Amino acid sequence: MGRRLAGLFYNRPKLQLGALLSAPMAWLVILYLGSLVILLITAFWTVEPLSGDVIKEFSLHNFEELVNVPVYRDIIWRTVRTAILVTLTDAIIAFPIAFFMAKVAGRKTKAILVVAVLMPLWSSYLVKVLAWREMITEHGIINWALEPLGLHGPGEGLVAVWLVFTYLWLPFMILPIFAGLERIPNSLISASEDLGASPFTTFRRVILPLAFPAVVAGSIFTFSLTLGDYIAPALVSNDQFIGTSIRASITNNQPFAAAFALVPIVVVIAYLGVARRLGAFEHV
Amino acid sequence: MRRDGHSARTAWLIASGLVAFMLVLAGCGGGDDTGTTGGGGGEGETSGELQKLGKGEGEVNLISWAGYVEEEWTKPFEAESGCKVNNKVAGTSDEMVQLMETGQYDGVSASGNASARLWAAGEVDPVNTDLVPNYKTVFPDLKDQVYNTFEGVPYGIPHGRGANLLMWNSDKVKPGPKSWNVTLDPKVAAKFKGHISQYDDPMSIAEGALYLMNHEPDLGIEDPYELNEEQFDAAVELMKEQKANVGEYWASAEEQINGFANGSNQVGTTWQYQYFLLKGEGEPVAASPASQGFLPEEGATGWSDTWMISSKAKHPNCMYMWMNYIISPKANAQVAEYFGEAPAQEKACAETKNPNFCEEYHAEDPEFWKRVWYWRTPLAECEEGGPEECMDYNDWVRAWTEIKG
Amino acid sequence: MRLSKRAKALLGLAVAAGLAFIYIPLLVIAVQAFNESKILKWPPPGFTFEWFEKAFESESAREALLTSVEAGLVATAIAILLGTLISLALARNRFFGREAISFLVIIPIALPGIVTGVALSNTFTQVLGISLTLMTVIIGHATFCIVVVYNNVVARLRRTSGSFEEASADLGADTWQTFRYVTFPSMRTALAAGALLAFALSFDEIIVTTFTIGAGEETLPIWIFRNLFRPNQLPIVDAVAVILILLSIIPVYIAHRLSSDEGGVGGRGGGTTAATPAAPATVAEAEATAAH
Repeated sequence: MGRRLAGLFYNRPKLQLGALLSAPMAWLVILYLGSLVILLITAFWTVEPLSGDVIKEFSLHNFEELVNVPVYRDIIWRTVRTAILVTLTDAIIAFPIAFFMAKVAGRKTKAILVVAVLMPLWSSYLVKVLAWREMITEHGIINWALEPLGLHGPGEGLVAVWLVFTYLWLPFMILPIFAGLERIPNSLISASEDLGASPFTTFRRVILPLAFPAVVAGSIFTFSLTLGDYIAPALVSNDQFIGTSIRASITNNQPFAAAFALVPIVVVIAYLGVARRLGAFEHV
Repeated sequence: MRRDGHSARTAWLIASGLVAFMLVLAGCGGGDDTGTTGGGGGEGETSGELQKLGKGEGEVNLISWAGYVEEEWTKPFEAESGCKVNNKVAGTSDEMVQLMETGQYDGVSASGNASARLWAAGEVDPVNTDLVPNYKTVFPDLKDQVYNTFEGVPYGIPHGRGANLLMWNSDKVKPGPKSWNVTLDPKVAAKFKGHISQYDDPMSIAEGALYLMNHEPDLGIEDPYELNEEQFDAAVELMKEQKANVGEYWASAEEQINGFANGSNQVGTTWQYQYFLLKGEGEPVAASPASQGFLPEEGATGWSDTWMISSKAKHPNCMYMWMNYIISPKANAQVAEYFGEAPAQEKACAETKNPNFCEEYHAEDPEFWKRVWYWRTPLAECEEGGPEECMDYNDWVRAWTEIKG
Repeated sequence: MRLSKRAKALLGLAVAAGLAFIYIPLLVIAVQAFNESKILKWPPPGFTFEWFEKAFESESAREALLTSVEAGLVATAIAILLGTLISLALARNRFFGREAISFLVIIPIALPGIVTGVALSNTFTQVLGISLTLMTVIIGHATFCIVVVYNNVVARLRRTSGSFEEASADLGADTWQTFRYVTFPSMRTALAAGALLAFALSFDEIIVTTFTIGAGEETLPIWIFRNLFRPNQLPIVDAVAVILILLSIIPVYIAHRLSSDEGGVGGRGGGTTAATPAAPATVAEAEATAAH
């Protein structure tokens, strides 16, 4: 059998390629991409108000609503704003840790730190959101810790959402930056120092530019994950985000939900395009 | 590499071509069936009605409100009928409608803001009341109502009814409020800023409308579910003002229980289920007394729930057995007392542990229920004597999203 | 790099603060799992093992756990198969549409989970008219797990030169023999690492699962979500969470060891340190593990 196949594929690389790809492509293109396209088609349909029947006629009504009704613009902007904020915060927190791991820590410390950073990735997402939910309650640990300072914790709301997202996606920012920093040859840094640059200048003019694409790579995750999430905002706030709105409209107006879903899709694809230009894909 | 760049561009071209093709398909109304039309009867057809009760199918899949399907009464049912009960608890009517649309369930305990929608979508079949012997002794003012009977045909079996409660933390809120102003009047509600708990559903707008019905009679609101544009806008405005004081919009009973138990909620709209559960846990909660029917001054919105059978039901016989069982005197008494609602079954009153239960809950008092406005699906066509044209359910849903911000 | 003492101290502080940020919430869960009081009050009044007992006794939790394991294993198996096929195709061939395919593989993970979940659910129930069962969940999971396996295997294959396979063929081995004796051994550990990550993803996933699961089934994340708000169940959920966190140490360690073994041979980009291979692999799983 193997002989026959080898004979068949010999000098017919395209056939071998086709054989390899047929099953996965059937799965990904027909099932998955097809499902997406079907969903997106429904974005151009509307529903009859009482029965919820879908009216399968082409209409831009859903998109008009998204653009014209102020609350949807607010929701979209709120979500994008949060995604940007989370990305910035994660980058700021992640960089020192990644830098320490890549350039300062000894071999053993580095291994320990890698495991230490990876472990939370493996604990359940829900559990982590739950932890924050428990921390921000009226009698939770945050209020208890801030009380002696006369301060009060954020409670539920946008601040909590920002904290939770920052927390959830932090490892996804640390790892690419770590990998990116590791790839910077130490000889470059030594050369910079030998030429008389202060550590700060070396950092600013050698390390940072070289690490930047890795930061962008990490930002892909923090940004797009924040954009579509609906569970964390629902559990630690009352505010409406893109994800929660899609979830809410799915129940009685699926075409509108599909239209709403187009928003994060478009934003993510655009972001991916920019990220690719900045060289982030080498680091993913 | 030049070749890779070229292939990427071509790939994009092909992809956009595909998408454009798909859009054209959509425009022609072609493409696959992604509609939500149910099987069986649509509006008014009786083709789906079961004519004869056969053997049980071994299980029944239900959607219900929290507290409606509990082991205390499902275990005897399972033993008696041989139908295993699989229950999914839903937090809102929207959730119930969506779950029914999947076609995976046999029946649902639908409130008035779901029943009409389910009927219009063809998701439910008429109920052959001859196959439900206990239906004969259901309270007359629950039969043939606008929320369970469509075009003269009964579509469900009444389960029970109740009013939405005003509940408060008796330690933090003194004296006990007698009016909804504590959550709806901007000045009074401001005292509880960040600690008000409001139901996350467009039906909450009706609470605002009810409040205005009592406190701003100039608006001329006669029915909190039939509002013309002016009345509707006023109610929406009131709810927007409430948002500033709301601590949590709850979408499931447990969410609210949690909120009251950990101190972040101190006052708000609730169901008897949460109230009794919190009391049972020893939490300091209070509501208007049962002797007042739990009603604040203005009355309240409420619900009268109906068991409906899915037009796609895979276990119709078991569903009929369940419907008959849940309104049998003993079971209906159990669920009514557990949840804290007025039973639908007349004979249940003799079976309740508390001999005065039916009296306290006004089960036999149609006058009382005139002050309770059951959840209903707002329709553009109003009843006789109402405003010219009313806001429909879509308007309510959109407004609720705007209210939450 | 030469850093001043002060710079080193500041850096150490930043790292410590970062690690504290990462671990404090997990510790809160741990404490809550031993908390006597059911309500989320701090500081906890007392200490008890009651919730762990109840967690072990809970039938619904056990069933959910088994369902999750079952779904994870099958989804991982499918992902291994499809991911390997794609990796072999893309790493060893240059052809028209190659970049498009690698983009396509990433999409199930790049798009918000709710989009994937709703799209698949729609197709299953409306277009194909099939009931939602554990199989539909598995199909959903496998779809976004493919990329995790793919990323790991393709990275390894790229570092391993194709000349070995050519040599094998020249020596008279057929397709299957080449794969079995040359290709597979070199990618074995990458495959295992990818499989582990895929399993973790599937095990933790909730959003796509919510939309593709049937009425009677429950995976562990769904069980957790269902019990999150129930005051009597919440401490049990905390206990289950602690057990999960502890159990997760094992696969982390294994994945780390696997990734740092066997760098590529004779391919491009050699000379990597132990941790670097782990990083790109786990970065790919990054998009995945959380809200998907």
